[in-house]
Amino acid sequence: MWLINSSIGRKVVMAVTGIALVLFLTFHASMNVVALISAKGYNMICEFLGANWYAVAATIGLAGLVALHFIFAFILTIQNRKARGNSQYAVTNKPKKVEWASQNMLVLGIIVILGMGLHLFNFWYNMMFAELAETDGVALASNGVYHIVRTFHGGCPCEPTTGCGYAYTAIYLVWLCALWFHMNHGIWSSMQTMGWSGKIWLNRWQCISLIYTTVIILMFVVVAVAFCLGYVPCDFKEAMGECAKAAGSCCGGC
Amino acid sequence: MAKNISVTVKFWKQNGPKDKGHFDTHELKNIPDDTSFLEALDIMNEELINEGKEPFVFDHDCREGICGMCSLYINGTPHGKTERGATTCQLYMRKFKDGETIVVEPWRSAGFPVIKDCMVDRTAFDKIMQAGGYTSIRTGQAQDANSILISKEAADEAMDCATCIGCGACVAACKNGSAMLFVSSKVSQFALLPQGQVEGAKRAKAMIAKMDELGFGNCTNTRACEAVCPKCESISNIARLNREFICAKLKD
Repeated sequence: MWLINSSIGRKVVMAVTGIALVLFLTFHASMNVVALISAKGYNMICEFLGANWYAVAATIGLAGLVALHFIFAFILTIQNRKARGNSQYAVTNKPKKVEWASQNMLVLGIIVILGMGLHLFNFWYNMMFAELAETDGVALASNGVYHIVRTFHGGCPCEPTTGCGYAYTAIYLVWLCALWFHMNHGIWSSMQTMGWSGKIWLNRWQCISLIYTTVIILMFVVVAVAFCLGYVPCDFKEAMGECAKAAGSCCGGC
Repeated sequence: MAKNISVTVKFWKQNGPKDKGHFDTHELKNIPDDTSFLEALDIMNEELINEGKEPFVFDHDCREGICGMCSLYINGTPHGKTERGATTCQLYMRKFKDGETIVVEPWRSAGFPVIKDCMVDRTAFDKIMQAGGYTSIRTGQAQDANSILISKEAADEAMDCATCIGCGACVAACKNGSAMLFVSSKVSQFALLPQGQVEGAKRAKAMIAKMDELGFGNCTNTRACEAVCPKCESISNIARLNREFICAKLKD
């Protein structure tokens, strides 16, 4: 199987899974921005992506993509270390052309995975998993805006941001920063690996990567920072409704 | 006007691939700054022999930047590259400051085992070329000059790819020990021309299989190879090789 046995094949797996994950991030970022405009609209999307069979199937598919990307990254790193040999240079100069991110993709990837673990705990565990397992939090499972406020603000939006809210926002920003570096190299590198590059398109892909990555990451950053600073969309109270009161949250009562 | 400089050369000594190796130092005094770096090493070896020491072993041949034999990693850069398109033999002492310490190391890669000191075994590149870096089709008699139309751009680019001298600086600079820039340049020099395109798919598969078999690493597009290549090969060649290889495999 050339996708496993050849060096280019293994890179193709990394490229294809990477691009699929970029497309998912594009969808996720677009979805998040809805939370800035309409709380009810955002909750509708969350409900659509709840414990429905297609959402569960897509989640399993996504987990498979991440696992493949991660496993192949480790396989490639182990092979590359072996190819490099044990002998290290006493003096090394990094040429200006060499991006820092390109030489630290594994470290950046590990930061991204760790951040993803926290993100899954904050959102997926309290939303889709709560619905699937019917835990105590099932009443708020599809109330996405509640979970955003709870994570980034820490409590009721009419009260100051809690320390926990600031801490989570800071951690998410570090995570997004690592993701920016990882994606910025990953996108153009994927195109290069797939052979869709050349003397002219290499620079174009690098430019497209930079702009695309920056826009996507900014979309995530804006949502996290806005909710951290106490912003809520105009239909927030309406969206919170009775379920927040039932769960003992103050958000619905302000 | 030439001036004389004195430098300290810190050079790598290693007796074979399994030896641990170590650095030795030697003071080079009053070297004219228009001396080439390899000539300075020749002077150093003369002094070492006169002192009853073993000379420093390093690769060199044409000393005019076309054979690809010189292979030193100087002050953290393959070929001590301070400008585009220069090999070690084209490096001059005027690039160094008076009193500077120059660190000389071999190409460090599992694909290039050390034979002695800074002389490394690069026959792996020959094996990759033997796997497919040629055209074996019967071309018949020499054609009339314009019977096979080739655009100027394609001819120029193929020539640029063919200027790869196989020195191994790309492997030495790559944190993954990947030989993709070399292999892609050699594949491209044929793939860009109609005569080479006939065996393009077979060539790409054979050369990549041999490269993988010899233990070179996977390309992660860091561009370190391109930055240090003495012949300014572009990583667009790597994209072309990827394209050739993927298309060949999809057709199988």
